[in-house]
Amino acid sequence: MGKFVLGAVLALTLGAGTAFAEVPKPAAQAWSFNGVFGTFDRAALRRGLQVYTEVCAACHSLSLVYYRHLQSVGFSEEEIKTLAREFEVEDGPNDDGEMFTRPAKPTDPFASPFPNAQAARAANAGALPPDLSVMTKARKGGEDYLHAVLVGYRDEVPAGVEVMEGLFFNEYFSGQQIAMPPPLADGAVEYADGTKATVQQMSMDVVTFLAWAAEPTLEDRKRLGIKTLLFLLVLTAMLYALKRKIWSDVH
Amino acid sequence: MTSPTWNNPVVKWIEYRLPVFSFTQDHLIDYPTPKNLNYWWNFGSLAGITLTIMIVTGIVLAMHYTPHVDYAFESVERIMRDVNYGWLIRYVHMNGGSMFFAVVYIHIFRGLYYGSYKAPREMLWIIGIIILLTMMATAFLGYVLPWGQMSFWAATVITNMFSAFPLIGEPIVTWLWGGFSVDNPTLNRFFSLHYLLPFVIFALVFLHLWALHVHHSNNPLGIDTKGPQDTIPFHPYYTIKDLFGLGVFMLVFLGFVFFAPNFFVEPDNYIKANPMQTPTHIVPEWYLTPFYAILRAITFDIWFIPAKLIGVIAMFGSVLILVLVPWLDTSKVRSARYRPIYKQVYWFFLIDCIVLGWVGFNSPDAMFMGAVSFLRIGQVATAYYFLHLLVVLPVLGKLERPRSPPESISAAVTKDSDTVTEAA
Ligand code: HEC
Ligand code: HEM
Repeated sequence: MGKFVLGAVLALTLGAGTAFAEVPKPAAQAWSFNGVFGTFDRAALRRGLQVYTEVCAACHSLSLVYYRHLQSVGFSEEEIKTLAREFEVEDGPNDDGEMFTRPAKPTDPFASPFPNAQAARAANAGALPPDLSVMTKARKGGEDYLHAVLVGYRDEVPAGVEVMEGLFFNEYFSGQQIAMPPPLADGAVEYADGTKATVQQMSMDVVTFLAWAAEPTLEDRKRLGIKTLLFLLVLTAMLYALKRKIWSDVH
Repeated sequence: MTSPTWNNPVVKWIEYRLPVFSFTQDHLIDYPTPKNLNYWWNFGSLAGITLTIMIVTGIVLAMHYTPHVDYAFESVERIMRDVNYGWLIRYVHMNGGSMFFAVVYIHIFRGLYYGSYKAPREMLWIIGIIILLTMMATAFLGYVLPWGQMSFWAATVITNMFSAFPLIGEPIVTWLWGGFSVDNPTLNRFFSLHYLLPFVIFALVFLHLWALHVHHSNNPLGIDTKGPQDTIPFHPYYTIKDLFGLGVFMLVFLGFVFFAPNFFVEPDNYIKANPMQTPTHIVPEWYLTPFYAILRAITFDIWFIPAKLIGVIAMFGSVLILVLVPWLDTSKVRSARYRPIYKQVYWFFLIDCIVLGWVGFNSPDAMFMGAVSFLRIGQVATAYYFLHLLVVLPVLGKLERPRSPPESISAAVTKDSDTVTEAA
């Protein structure tokens, strides 16, 4: 018992030293893909892809997504080819045994900014920008959390908080000090469709894109789900009626 | 009962050599079943169907899965993205695990309520517990396969448990790992065993049903059937009832699969395993959290036995002790309907198990409403778990004055028709 109390006291005092400020709960956003009938807003997806390629792709890979996957959300083969060609990927060895670089093809995964994790850390003051392929599923709060982090940077740090060298205050990141510099600023991209590129707008768009990247079959799933459940509902109702009829002579 | 004779020459030829036709007739069609079974009796067939679904989807997944630390996570994502309907197969298998446990837990608590474990169904019950143990092992092994953060750390924590045993502990852990940490050899053997165990469960279910068909089903009244007036043939009565139950079950199951497929998973498992980075808290799947809570409830050494070892023994003991329930419960009356006090402690025990499950989700030193630590709640709930089984059950059977059950099923059924509603 004495040992137990000692342990508890120890845990409390130790805990107090490293206690993080309470992180607020991310606010729920009205995502186009929410709900039973939700689908990805196609225009938002295009804008989100633009934000990803022009901003995030400088640091973050998206290695589980292939350029060809974009076809399922309305990109034409030509568009995909053009997009892929902008990136260089390593290939080989060729007949001389040499590795070489070539423009990416639709059958390649999204090109990674760094050849390996060490290079990524070296370029980011020791922090590793995580792969974003399944990011919306890999954090509590999902899309709402991602959006909250992207818009969660504050210029003035609350009193008493000491932000460490090379880190940035972010209200929603656990520990509230993040190694990612604020990635978005008003006008960071120029949208092809003329939408005003506010931080809020770009964040919503890029998170929509990342939600698609993490769950590209979401629309198929919901569509098949509605059909299947409706069918099952009718079938089950009929089975119930049949059960009542068959059992009507049991007393 | 007499089986019909068959006239088709092929059927006759086969029947003479291997009597599959009369077997089907006797065990699936004419099979006499108590006529008063309520919907809680649907869960056995649901468990069997879920097992089949798990095996079928699992075999398809194994065709596309790569059991290697460098490719496992990626191969699962390829299944989700590039295999035709791969997302459906994986989500069915993933949620199917949760559904399987939900169904089997209900099935077990049905047995506890109606005293289905009592003579002469002890073997049936014991095989059931062995099935439960095998299911837990299978689910744990399967959870490691996608090689996410929770996969890796759950594997590390659970295999490390064995190190609690003196002398043999460390060698056992090294042997389980196939090395000095959870690594590629561990993943390979876990895959092999995860493929094997469901077939072991299948064989056990066969024994389970064999035992069932010797003494037939118990029923909500907990009394023996006295003759043909108490029973109805399995087909069509229970085939249609089971089918209707299956429809309702599939609505729930597929509701999750299609509209909340990640409801039961920890987000951390979508992060690829990283041996250098421990997640802030490591939790098993919901169906194992009660046992995890028991494991962690023991924080004190008893005499010279270290806390960790007692925790491991308590955890395994909490399942194994169920084997003794037919003898721990000393009451001669099966159904809780006629046991006024048991009926209440039953619900208390059920709530206790749910509390354990909830505690297992939380970090032991987190405080509940700022007042009491989850560790303390877990300790009280663990104590009550064993108290219920080891003290309350035996003593209650001696002290309680049960009401007398009706003479026979048919007598009771003609008297009242509330058989379905009461159990709920
Ligand atoms: C200058 C490089 C850089 C750019 C540009 C960048 N990030 Fe990051 N990002 C990082 C680093 C470094 C981390 C790791 C932060 C840490 O662990 O403290 C990170 C972390 C993250 C995280 C994970 C946060 C968590 O909960 O762990 C997300 C999500 C994220 N970035 C999204 C984005 C998005 C979306 C963009 C584009 C709008 C973007 N990043 C642009 C460097 C960058
Ligand atoms: C793979 C898992 C299992 C399957 C497929 C399965 C299947 C079945 C089936 C089909 C029945 C007959 C229908 C019914 O009475 O509900 C049954 C009965 C029974 N099962 Fe299971 N079962 C499983 C696990 C368990 C477990 C874990 C236990 C608990 C110890 C258990 C205990 C029993 C008992 C006591 C009966 C007889 C019930 C009665 O007639 O009252 N079963 N099982």
